Amino acid sequence: MTTPDRAVPRPRGRFPVEIRLEPRTAQPRWLGLAVSTGAVIVALLLGAIVMAAAGGDPFRAYGFMVKAAFGEAGVFSDTMVKATPLILLGAACAVAFSMKLWNIGAEGQFFLGAFGASAVVLTPLLPPETSPWIMIPAMILAGMLAGALWGFIPGILKAKLNVNEIITTLMLNYVAVNWNNFFIYAVWSEGGFQMTHKFPATAWLPRLADYAKQFPQLRGLTTHLGLVIALVAAVIAWWILYRSRWGYEIRLAGDNPRAAKYAGINISRNTILVMMLSGALAGLAGMSEISGVVHRLQGSISPGYGFSAIIVAWLAKLNPLAVIPVSVLFGALIQAGREIQPSGVPKMIQGIVLVCLIGSDLLLRYRVRILVRRQEA
Amino acid sequence: MTETALAVGMRGICKQFPGVLANDCVDFSLRKGEIHALLGENGAGKSTLVNILTGLYRPDRGAILVDGRPVTFGSPRDAISCGIGMVHQHFMLVPTQTVTENILLGLDHPRFVMRLAEHEKTIAELARKYGLPVEPGRKVWQLSVGEQQRVEILKMLYRGVQVLVMDEPTAVLAPQEIDELFKTLRSMVAEGKSVVFISHKLHEVMAIADRVTVLRKGTVTASEIPVAETNKEELARLMVGRDVLFELEKKPKAPGEVVLAVEDLRAQNDKGLPALRGVSLEVLAGEIVGLAGVAGNGQSELAEVITALRPATGGRVLLHGRAVVGEGSRATPGLARWMIDAGVSHVPEDRTHVGTAPNLSVTDNLIMKSYRKSPIARGLAIDGDRARLAAERLKQAFDIMVPTVETPVRLLSGGNLQRLILAREIDSAPKLMIAMQPTRGLDVGAIEGVHRLLLEQRDAGAAILLVSEELEELVDLSDRIYVLFNGEVMGEVREADAATIGLMMTGTRQADLKAGEGVR
Repeated sequence: MTTPDRAVPRPRGRFPVEIRLEPRTAQPRWLGLAVSTGAVIVALLLGAIVMAAAGGDPFRAYGFMVKAAFGEAGVFSDTMVKATPLILLGAACAVAFSMKLWNIGAEGQFFLGAFGASAVVLTPLLPPETSPWIMIPAMILAGMLAGALWGFIPGILKAKLNVNEIITTLMLNYVAVNWNNFFIYAVWSEGGFQMTHKFPATAWLPRLADYAKQFPQLRGLTTHLGLVIALVAAVIAWWILYRSRWGYEIRLAGDNPRAAKYAGINISRNTILVMMLSGALAGLAGMSEISGVVHRLQGSISPGYGFSAIIVAWLAKLNPLAVIPVSVLFGALIQAGREIQPSGVPKMIQGIVLVCLIGSDLLLRYRVRILVRRQEA
Repeated sequence: MTETALAVGMRGICKQFPGVLANDCVDFSLRKGEIHALLGENGAGKSTLVNILTGLYRPDRGAILVDGRPVTFGSPRDAISCGIGMVHQHFMLVPTQTVTENILLGLDHPRFVMRLAEHEKTIAELARKYGLPVEPGRKVWQLSVGEQQRVEILKMLYRGVQVLVMDEPTAVLAPQEIDELFKTLRSMVAEGKSVVFISHKLHEVMAIADRVTVLRKGTVTASEIPVAETNKEELARLMVGRDVLFELEKKPKAPGEVVLAVEDLRAQNDKGLPALRGVSLEVLAGEIVGLAGVAGNGQSELAEVITALRPATGGRVLLHGRAVVGEGSRATPGLARWMIDAGVSHVPEDRTHVGTAPNLSVTDNLIMKSYRKSPIARGLAIDGDRARLAAERLKQAFDIMVPTVETPVRLLSGGNLQRLILAREIDSAPKLMIAMQPTRGLDVGAIEGVHRLLLEQRDAGAAILLVSEELEELVDLSDRIYVLFNGEVMGEVREADAATIGLMMTGTRQADLKAGEGVR
């Protein structure tokens, strides 16, 4: 009936061992990494059991997946291509979630970013022969602005009218997709196909393969400059969140808005700004994807990166630096998943990893003690 | 006296937690028909002892006797079936359910059919019998804190408990509600039930308890002394382990210029009803001005308007003669930043929901007011090393007991949290300090420390507006006292005596008091 928050009710009955949870008073630095690694190992073991039960050979499957994601330069490069948008979108979510702004709209902001960057090339705002040194920065700027606009709308609605941002960001995803579709089908359509014409090469982010002439070992590698942009953006996002005054305001407002108000922080202004930063990072991901991978605006540019990013940010404990390795892991799962099965096992492993990591949070907060019960008089 | 006249006996209770021996061989005896106070500082082991008594913890060693028979409790349910129930400090009620539903929750009967009307009648009768006015059909979220406490008591009475343990029941109550609670408790013991009353407010213990047991650091320092044979000074010494100064050393000091002037201030409460109806007052440099009043008469709203956390609907607030709220003010309404920059510090009423961010570290919580300025701020960044150094310094100076400054503050006890807030607010060298209930929930030793800090600030020339429900504290510390009733100032008292203030707190104007003196 009444349970104190610290002690979990122990099992009644005559079980000889008692498991008790005690709150931790201090968390050593290594604990987070150790627990997360342990959770991934446990998840892989559980996945192995399921695969074995289904009649597969889990070790061969895992071996194959590792090979398909990291086995050689080519596939590792492809993994990094998948990780690139996840890093940017994960950082976008991490920033917003740190203020407890549940931006579910990274996907839509990604699409709008792709649209903004395309508009530079296709309207065209800049002629195709423009130097890439101007073209690429212009596309980056346009992509980030468009994404920021898509974050601004739910941001200002939340700040001024207290409209639930989960609903608005979610709904704006559909608007963004259809906005893009309108341009793809009606305005910039290439001969009625559901895609625009190919961008001029000046609007492409350089790939490793572009340097194959000088360095033959780079032949066929698709990793593009977007990865560097993503890494830089993640570091900047981390610096903002954990080292800057603004980031302190964001974290304070996220943990306790009333305390933030009491500390003199302007909550509504920060709500708008954080949503815009989040949108801008997501927009940058959209830009990087069309300029680095597809080289045109088309309908299917995302297999749900914006939604995977929510999980990525969460697993990274909202730390944009931790988003990087988590994104690589997810990129690998996407990459390897395609190799072994169109759906099924990779999705299952994603799910199990997620459940284990979230469950392992308990071990961060509590110490588990196992006591052998004494005979009672 | 034989064991049979005892409702409960606890013998040699020991309980070890990691790093602390919470109870070290504690004996405790509760007679039938008595109110027995359990006194002790924060962390003295009172809560552990009663949690063992009510089945939440199991003792490592020792025995519990109920009506002379040894018992072991595996859960609170076992304890209740032996007639021992507890009302926790934080209520355990379901806000969206009615009073009756909450009381029936967890009972084996009724099992399938809830004839609520019938049970409502029983509960209403029970409530009438013990003087616990509460409507059984109302939802719990609609009830005041005092009413919710009554529901908790009714829950236990409905379960037929003979022994009621109350953990700091007065901490959340207004003075008149405390009186009503005491009446209820007395009517219960008159029937032969017993009450364990946990508190660290000495005057309440003196007022309500028959006998007192004092705990310090897990051991009993005084066992079952009749209240009639002791006094506050002795109890305080037993609790703290040293003499506690009740007489404060307050140097005479001529107040300086006017720091805070409030003119005809009007504001609304959270429900949109008028909470301040034209309040005017002044606080001078180097004085402590007390604000007396029963909770909910506009004190919180006044403090919030002055600190820019709540908009004013009329009137003005001037700081050093310049308008900061209302006409002529250039500050953005609702943005506390202006007040912080103007040197106003604020010890908020609600330490956990307003004063601190629970999951951030001690350091992050200590820089809440200083992170915008050098040396903590360095350009757009926060200088982490300097922040940590500042936090270490404050931790030392204000005796904040935490393993490291990286510890999240949700792990801090109430007293430590209050010290953290005071450290932060005093460290900003305020010109004006709004101190809301700065000693609420603290034990005697800690209260003494807070009082000393406030007097030091006063002597350093700060203007302090002190809001407290402890009349004694106000009278001891304040140079002047304003009494607030229903959003209006009833009068200003210089030579304070509790009786006059008490009358004004219930709505008699000072002017009327003086006029009435001749008649009486």
